[in-house]
Amino acid sequence: MIHPIPPGTRDVLPDEMRELRALSDGLRSEFERAGYGEVWTPTMEYEDVLRRGDERAAGAGYRLFDEHGQVLALRSDSTIPIARLVASRYQDAEPPLRFCYFAHAYREVHRGSAQAREFLQGGIELIGPSAPEGDAEMVALVSSALEEAGLRRHRIGLGDASLYRTLLADYGVPEDERMPLLERLSRRDLVGVGVSVERLGLPAPAREVLTTLPTLRGGPEVLERVSDAHVAGAIENLRACHELLADRGIGDRVIFDLGLVRELGYYTGAVFEVYDPAVGFALGGGGRYDDLLGRFGRPLPACGMALDLHRVHLAQAAEERLAREEAPA
Amino acid sequence: MNGLTIAVPRGALFTETLDLLERLGIGTAEVRANERRLVFPEAGLVTMRPSDVPTYVEHGAADIGITGKDVLLEQDEREVYELLDLGYGTCRMVVAEPEGENAIEESIRRLGAVRVATKYPRIAARHFADTGRQAEIVEVKGSVEIAPLTGLVAAIVDLTATGKTLVENRLVEREEIVVCTARLIANPVAHKLKAAAIDELVARIRSLDGVVA
Repeated sequence: MIHPIPPGTRDVLPDEMRELRALSDGLRSEFERAGYGEVWTPTMEYEDVLRRGDERAAGAGYRLFDEHGQVLALRSDSTIPIARLVASRYQDAEPPLRFCYFAHAYREVHRGSAQAREFLQGGIELIGPSAPEGDAEMVALVSSALEEAGLRRHRIGLGDASLYRTLLADYGVPEDERMPLLERLSRRDLVGVGVSVERLGLPAPAREVLTTLPTLRGGPEVLERVSDAHVAGAIENLRACHELLADRGIGDRVIFDLGLVRELGYYTGAVFEVYDPAVGFALGGGGRYDDLLGRFGRPLPACGMALDLHRVHLAQAAEERLAREEAPA
Repeated sequence: MNGLTIAVPRGALFTETLDLLERLGIGTAEVRANERRLVFPEAGLVTMRPSDVPTYVEHGAADIGITGKDVLLEQDEREVYELLDLGYGTCRMVVAEPEGENAIEESIRRLGAVRVATKYPRIAARHFADTGRQAEIVEVKGSVEIAPLTGLVAAIVDLTATGKTLVENRLVEREEIVVCTARLIANPVAHKLKAAAIDELVARIRSLDGVVA
């Protein structure tokens, strides 16, 4: 008899489980070797606590009541729980603090979209170091861990979540017009962005910057194309991050993408995404969230990155297949 | 084309899309000559139903694609980037009801809600919700015009180019929801990893006369 499981969840059988376990063991030992100790936090948290980190509770999709009528939410990422953990369990510890985690997170899914409701993330959080050193350390570690996992062709998309927001504020775009525009940008609806920008009635140079920025992708040369003084700091920071990565020999892995804004609301600076040419979707991502720890009473700069292990596994399999095809018979 | 795989919509946008590709220097004679063949690796083209284009592009099976804004609005959860309004294939998403009746208004007044048939359940539901009216959306796959004539529903939401089908079925347009044109979309990963090729294609389309709206 066949009994259903909810869409977006899955059973894992031994062959796949062995491979997933080998992948997460490999990543874990890379992270541990770099000083990122593994932590575990509860699958469910008080919703109030998650909301302290992000007003939408980072998009948590599942809530329940406990026996006292308190609202619990299944975590939708591990960053907010780890921010809570740092504030409450490491109150006096000297930064930097380095943690890694391998844990399931939960998000609501759209019907028929093949999205995962429950997904396994492996990630790191680096608390204390500021940009760009912290960003570079984290990207370098994730990159070497992926290399180790066999993703020889992976690339890291690098942008800054504050770029567009800063520009909108500095151009005096009214508060209520900014969110819809940022929302269009995060979906990369460039036609919609163009139409909205046109409607704002800004001077031509500002219009030009707002419509061009989301199309700027490539090597460090794209940074030259942003001359707006308001965002000079953010651009300089991206350049510095790239230099640090180039020093570590992985400058070529980076693709600047100045329109990159990750969905989560708590990012304050650099944002990252991980790609592999063999698969059509991002394998993970993260960014800098310098305000998040402060909301839990331990103001410290921090950044983090998470990989969707099931997606990394897909990419691993695709890369293996390609390597076999390329290998001389 | 630059090593890009392009998803091409069959149906209403097919000929104009092939004309556009032709103007970009992509040979489409093979595609035009082969009704049944769907994949043309030598030209980097894959042909499919317009509503499948976002699916192939989202998963990276095609790097870029062309489809109608109506399809993108209906499948708004797809993670694809919308790069250009190509300006052709203009049609309008409208609410229509049988002529000579105020079926929508009457239904809402007396029954509290209106039954609406459509091939675009999300667009229809969103439109009625946004205008503060209750609607029961009935999804149909084929000719939606017959739904009010048979008493299945009071009104329809459908795409119209000339309005001819509506007139022939004695339906009148009451509201325009949105104007739709063909759009160029891209896979998010290809948009970064094949940025140069995609940007070159976009620049060439922009440079053509009378394409980009």
